Amino acid sequence: MSLLAVNNLKVQFTTHDGVVTAVDDLTFSLSEGETLGIVGESGSGKSQMAFSLMGLLAKNGKVSGSAEFEGQNILNLPASALNKIRAEKIAMIFQDPMTCLNPYMKIGKQLMEVLILHKNMTKQEAKAESIRLLDAVKIPEAKKRFDMYPHEFSGGMRQRVMIAMALLCSPKLLIADEPTTALDVTVQAQIITLLQELKKEFNTAIIMITHDLGVVAGLCDKVMVMYAGRTMEYGSVQDVFHKPTHPYTKGLLASIPDLEFDQAELQTIPGNPPNLLSLPKGCPFQERCQYAVELCRAEKPALTTFNQYQQRACHLTEEAVA
Amino acid sequence: MMAPQNVIAQIRDLKVHFQVDKGRRWPWEPKPVLKAVDGVSFDIYEGETLGVVGESGCGKSTLARALIGLIPAQDGQVLWLGQDLTQLDEKKLRVKRQDLQFIFQDPLASLNPRMTIGEIIAEPLISFYPHLSRRKVEERVKSMMKRVGLLQNVINRYPHEFSGGQCQRVGIARALILEPKLVVCDEPVSALDVSIQAQVVNLLKELQHEMGLSLVFIAHDLSVVKHISDRVMVMYLGNMIELAERHELYDNPLHPYTKALLSAVPVPDPEKERNKQIQLLEGDLPSPINPPAGCVFCTRCPISDERCFSDRPKLIARDGHRVACHKIEE
Repeated sequence: MSLLAVNNLKVQFTTHDGVVTAVDDLTFSLSEGETLGIVGESGSGKSQMAFSLMGLLAKNGKVSGSAEFEGQNILNLPASALNKIRAEKIAMIFQDPMTCLNPYMKIGKQLMEVLILHKNMTKQEAKAESIRLLDAVKIPEAKKRFDMYPHEFSGGMRQRVMIAMALLCSPKLLIADEPTTALDVTVQAQIITLLQELKKEFNTAIIMITHDLGVVAGLCDKVMVMYAGRTMEYGSVQDVFHKPTHPYTKGLLASIPDLEFDQAELQTIPGNPPNLLSLPKGCPFQERCQYAVELCRAEKPALTTFNQYQQRACHLTEEAVA
Repeated sequence: MMAPQNVIAQIRDLKVHFQVDKGRRWPWEPKPVLKAVDGVSFDIYEGETLGVVGESGCGKSTLARALIGLIPAQDGQVLWLGQDLTQLDEKKLRVKRQDLQFIFQDPLASLNPRMTIGEIIAEPLISFYPHLSRRKVEERVKSMMKRVGLLQNVINRYPHEFSGGQCQRVGIARALILEPKLVVCDEPVSALDVSIQAQVVNLLKELQHEMGLSLVFIAHDLSVVKHISDRVMVMYLGNMIELAERHELYDNPLHPYTKALLSAVPVPDPEKERNKQIQLLEGDLPSPINPPAGCVFCTRCPISDERCFSDRPKLIARDGHRVACHKIEE
């Protein structure tokens, strides 16, 4: 049985300009210890998908569909039930660690709080466990750092604290929402290496949300490409990167400048990102797609499964877009 | 490398220091000095693109601003066609600014929300040529909009109606309408999505070719910098540590920091990415208020020794490849 099974997940926001569908009919599953990368450009709904799973949507947001975690639907649960799952079973790390840590509280107190609340530990036990995890995420002089405030840490260190905090209750699933976007490449490399080690050690399943295809290539087993709230393509990292079958995935991969080879001109995806308030009828990507035909303008392509588990949402055959 | 070119700007030992309050205990104590750019020298050739890379806090944005006089330099010279810009007063500098333009990082924040696209692009033209007729201005604005790929019917729209990529096109149009000789681009594509980023990079390259511009292209994304630049400069903690022609720098990096930086770039290829050797750097960037006494990189360098901690290495040049490292000298 899979650890997390998401079926027909839909997230909608009521705004002054109308109803925005941020996530549209998303279905996927995740097994234990698996790492799923979710890539897409801004506005593709990847963060809202994560927020909806954790019950963190803004007040004007509405979620429908189902998300079964170990057989239990976690959507629209009351806060008390959600709090049991959050941190203990599912933990999340965010893009900007400074805004997620309480600036008035010492790091140590913030870490201990989680353990005392969820695991009924005594203060001494909680302190020992917190320091052990700070060590695990390679924070030098963890004992000294324990009594420091968030502003005394650098960006990379704060992200390590966030990861330590997320791992306190050894969750089964870790959702990482752009954890390295705000960091420099050398620090990003440190954090990615750390996540790789933790993945091996704790066998945690990870959902890695990012727009950096390089990060996904290094860390993930499976990858899901999103556009305008829908899945465009899903498959193993090897398949999607080496044999992309969707025009959007192909365009995305081609528009990254290559570090090894020289290109006279970068390939681009023409046009602009989609406006979720006025999506075209039919396939959301058709306006920017070079292969678009009449059918694409009339009908939304369904997500079809091939080669056992790979999925794509495109009217055209694989050969036609190759 | 292209044929030998004319030097249009020479930067000599440029220093930008800031006095900060941080770390001062009493008001009568002298303010600590933050050396954002600490003695950087290089040339800019006509028609070339000079890429500047480095991590946040290495002084690349400060360098960009000091180049066109947006921040006063503490010391050193910026020789623009032989004339020192740091010595000019406001009035004279303003005249020179026709040739020196700037493209900012945040496309939306750098456009006035209460001006239409047409007004924004026309503003430099009107302020430098106040006697130009309105029809002439409109003509020039429209032709510029066409060149950067904006439709002419959006001339009366406001910035908030546009996406990030289109706003950046407006920023580019505004910078290029005076037909400058040098454009300093401070992270022009960092805020954009990958697919849009490629569009803007292609546009910049194309316009550079057409107008014979020199570009100083600042970014933290090493693959984008490699794609657009002729030469690349690596900065660390306010110092230039390596400067070379791009293939030379990417294929044969000499400085340990450049090597670490290049190995840390994630490659969108699962096999290569999983099997590559990453040189992980320990720790974080030291504080620029209190930089190491010797080589700025010594605290994180995998091969540093005693000498690195005491003496600052000088830049040494080898066939146009300049690097500051004691280990290379030996």
